[in-house]
Amino acid sequence: MNKQINHVVWVIAACFVLLFVQLNRVQVFDAQSLQDNPNNTRSIQRVFNQPRGQIVTRDNTIVATSVPVTDSSFSEQREYPHGNLYAHTVGYISFTVGADGVERFFSDELVGDTGELAAIRDGIQGKESKRDVVLTLDHSLQTAAQEALGDRNGSVVAIDPRNGELLALWSFPSYDPEPLVSHDGAVSSRAFRDLAEADANPLLPKTFQEIYFPGSTFKVVTSSAALEEGDVTLSDPVFEQSDGYQLPLSSSTLRNFGGSTCGGTLTDLLVVSCNTAFAELAVEQLGPEKMITEAERYGFNREIPFDLKTPAVSIFPDDYGTLVTNPTDEIPAGIFENSAKLAQTAIGQNDVSATPLQMALVAAAVASGGEVPTPHVVKEIRDVTGEVVEEYNPDPFDRAMSEESAEQLSEALVATATSGSAKNIAIDGLEIGAKTGTAQIGTEPKRSHAWIVAYAGRPGEEAEIALSVLIEADASRPEQTGGGDAAPVARAVIQEYFDQA
Amino acid sequence: MQARNSELGLLVLATIITGVAYALTGLGSSSANLPANIVPFLGIVLGLLLVTHLVIRWLAPDADGFVFPLAALLNGMGYMMIARLDPDLASKQTAWTFIGLGAFSATLLLFRDLRTLARYRYSFALLGVVLLMLPLVPGLGKNVNGARIWLQVGPFTIQPGEFAKVILALFLAGYLIDKRELLSLSTRKVAGIAVPNLKHFGPMLLAWGVALVVMVLQRDLGSSLLFFTLFMVMIYIATERFAYVLVGLVLFSSGAYGSWTFFSHVQRRVAIWIDPYADAKGAGFQIAEASFSMADGGLTGTGLGLGTPNKIPFADTDMIFAAFGEEMGLFGATAILILFLMFVGGGFRIASSARSPFESLLAAGLTALLGFQAFIIIGGILRVLPLTGVTLPFVSYGGSSLVANYVILAILIRVSASSKEDELGLSEIPEAERAAA
Repeated sequence: MNKQINHVVWVIAACFVLLFVQLNRVQVFDAQSLQDNPNNTRSIQRVFNQPRGQIVTRDNTIVATSVPVTDSSFSEQREYPHGNLYAHTVGYISFTVGADGVERFFSDELVGDTGELAAIRDGIQGKESKRDVVLTLDHSLQTAAQEALGDRNGSVVAIDPRNGELLALWSFPSYDPEPLVSHDGAVSSRAFRDLAEADANPLLPKTFQEIYFPGSTFKVVTSSAALEEGDVTLSDPVFEQSDGYQLPLSSSTLRNFGGSTCGGTLTDLLVVSCNTAFAELAVEQLGPEKMITEAERYGFNREIPFDLKTPAVSIFPDDYGTLVTNPTDEIPAGIFENSAKLAQTAIGQNDVSATPLQMALVAAAVASGGEVPTPHVVKEIRDVTGEVVEEYNPDPFDRAMSEESAEQLSEALVATATSGSAKNIAIDGLEIGAKTGTAQIGTEPKRSHAWIVAYAGRPGEEAEIALSVLIEADASRPEQTGGGDAAPVARAVIQEYFDQA
Repeated sequence: MQARNSELGLLVLATIITGVAYALTGLGSSSANLPANIVPFLGIVLGLLLVTHLVIRWLAPDADGFVFPLAALLNGMGYMMIARLDPDLASKQTAWTFIGLGAFSATLLLFRDLRTLARYRYSFALLGVVLLMLPLVPGLGKNVNGARIWLQVGPFTIQPGEFAKVILALFLAGYLIDKRELLSLSTRKVAGIAVPNLKHFGPMLLAWGVALVVMVLQRDLGSSLLFFTLFMVMIYIATERFAYVLVGLVLFSSGAYGSWTFFSHVQRRVAIWIDPYADAKGAGFQIAEASFSMADGGLTGTGLGLGTPNKIPFADTDMIFAAFGEEMGLFGATAILILFLMFVGGGFRIASSARSPFESLLAAGLTALLGFQAFIIIGGILRVLPLTGVTLPFVSYGGSSLVANYVILAILIRVSASSKEDELGLSEIPEAERAAA
């Protein structure tokens, strides 16, 4: 009988070993994925009742704060004094519907739960451990962006090309986070559901979470590929005047905007945004590989590091088939099966798509002498006494081109902003480079995205602000263009920047 | 008396551990103060344990000295967690602990020689089945959370099934020791395995029948699984025939498959087991929240009073293990597992050294009952098997369960005391009873 009792002991011991193994899985190995489970509201709940720091802009405008309340089971109510203006950056922290934005990604910092020695020291000294988060955004620029865009769906991204600090990050429509953070769970759930079902998805920060056809603004990338990788300068070659480019291995012809005729040097091509010559340049001089390489240096087809949710990946198509005609002196790039597609992608058509943030980085790279800065919205963390405990200065993301190429490209873009398609942006006393884009996305009814990428600085000095403006296609504004509609928005933001400086 | 002295030392240790944990829950709570009643609390815990210890010294001086402190520590940790989760329940649990220790002492006092119980085996069978079925009587029984396993007696709700387990273990021990020769006789071999005569499969079929009836009529999957395991363990130990286990597994599988086919609530349990996150806000809420809770605990836990185990439905009863996982981490939860393993080890050691086969089988059956009960509920929480509601012995809130477990503990203590007395030649056993044993 004792032998059988021993068997039972072993069976129970084995059962408990099984429990121990599974316990390790739940508490250690799967712990992270369980904590990240969308149904898990514990991490939010945990921080919900801790004193939470403020979120302020770089000019100390309070955009998120907590006020004491007595009529609730929680001791503090989160408030967002500027409503929808910062919602896509600051986000919200709600007991019922979760968290987003800085409130989510810097939650540990806001409650001072960063596990660092300083926090422990504060705890011992009885000092409050909550922290304030300082944004890189500037209140006057953010307001200027909102006002200039008005009630048109679109995005404005302004960035300091020298360090990647985002100065304005606005997209319309936005949302008011106030009802989402209501302590009444029914109110916040309903508000969230209404927003999730609303037209044009106001919850989505389209500046970095949505991709659009960039149209002619992409010619900046193609130009840098020509200067950096091709045998091209601002004066040579000179493209023949043409009103159409016969697409390789195809019966179709690519035309210019409005059926016009154009040609000349790279500067001339940028000034008038010459489709035919850019197509020829990309297909015959550069070829797929150089175009793909250059686009990816800017961040296309890559995950760009960002201190909020990882931005949507911008796309530059990378499949052009095999070489069908060997390179010649005339056509050093050779002809590929899909060279016709390259003719379109080089001018920002076909399947090229980019976030407004990506296009702002394109402008920033030209402005900064070729380096693509790492974009970020959080500048620093301060403790309750105002002392800076953490500063964010991320290294540049990549280099898009040499300083020399960037200088040449800049010269051409300044010409574009002075006398070319982007001349609506010009401001006396400032040196501005820009490139417009009008990406037609439908004909019945006619609709086009209106774009501009630009940067500005004082003459002879480094550029201080780079930006992209996108006004989304809308059938009620069939004739909108980058030069006519996006340029004034960018101009207003640049004006505001230098007015206050 | 060496055992008594170790017992006393271990009881003081258990009191200290419980007291420190209880103090920590107070420091971790929103008031961040020591619990106001910490001194009377420690006094009551120590007093209760000391009185019970003296009862053992008086009635069973040679008994094993480890199982009672282990049970006391499990009870203490459980109480601490219940107090942290729901102070109202904690005062009820205090009352139940009083009653439990009273039942423990009464059992020791009334049953000096357990072998005398073997002869009442059929009465126990009847009593056990009646207890089990009592909640089904209209007017007496009460539905709680879909299971009809409760009796309403005045202000108390009693779960007679908890006592039925002990009673049925007594019946089985008596019956199986009486019939073991017959049951062990192999008349033929099938595929190399000795198969006992078919007509002796009666107890097995009875077990299967009772388990199925309980499952169907009371929707209490956990208890039926537990009954079945108890029957299998005891038949295996008594007959020393693995064939019974095989047949039992086949019967169990067909019963389980059958109920899965016919009953939607069984299908739902299985679906939740396989993927609780598919409906984490609905059907899978309990398990999903328990998993989230334990994931929050990580290695070292959030700290007592600092987690949010209240989000788990039934955190103070069936799901209490998850609360330990969250607030005391992998380390604390593993400690609970180890306490149970030590208790089970102690119980089986008592069973192995018992003086009579009846007492040996009884002790082994009751120990296995507690061990498997802990496995079934912890395994359910950890998704090793589908979640079926049973209490975590000594730890969960629940009066009937606590009292029944203390009766089991008393039986184990009595078995070990008797074997020691026999060894030392201290007890005189009437010839008639020796024969019955």
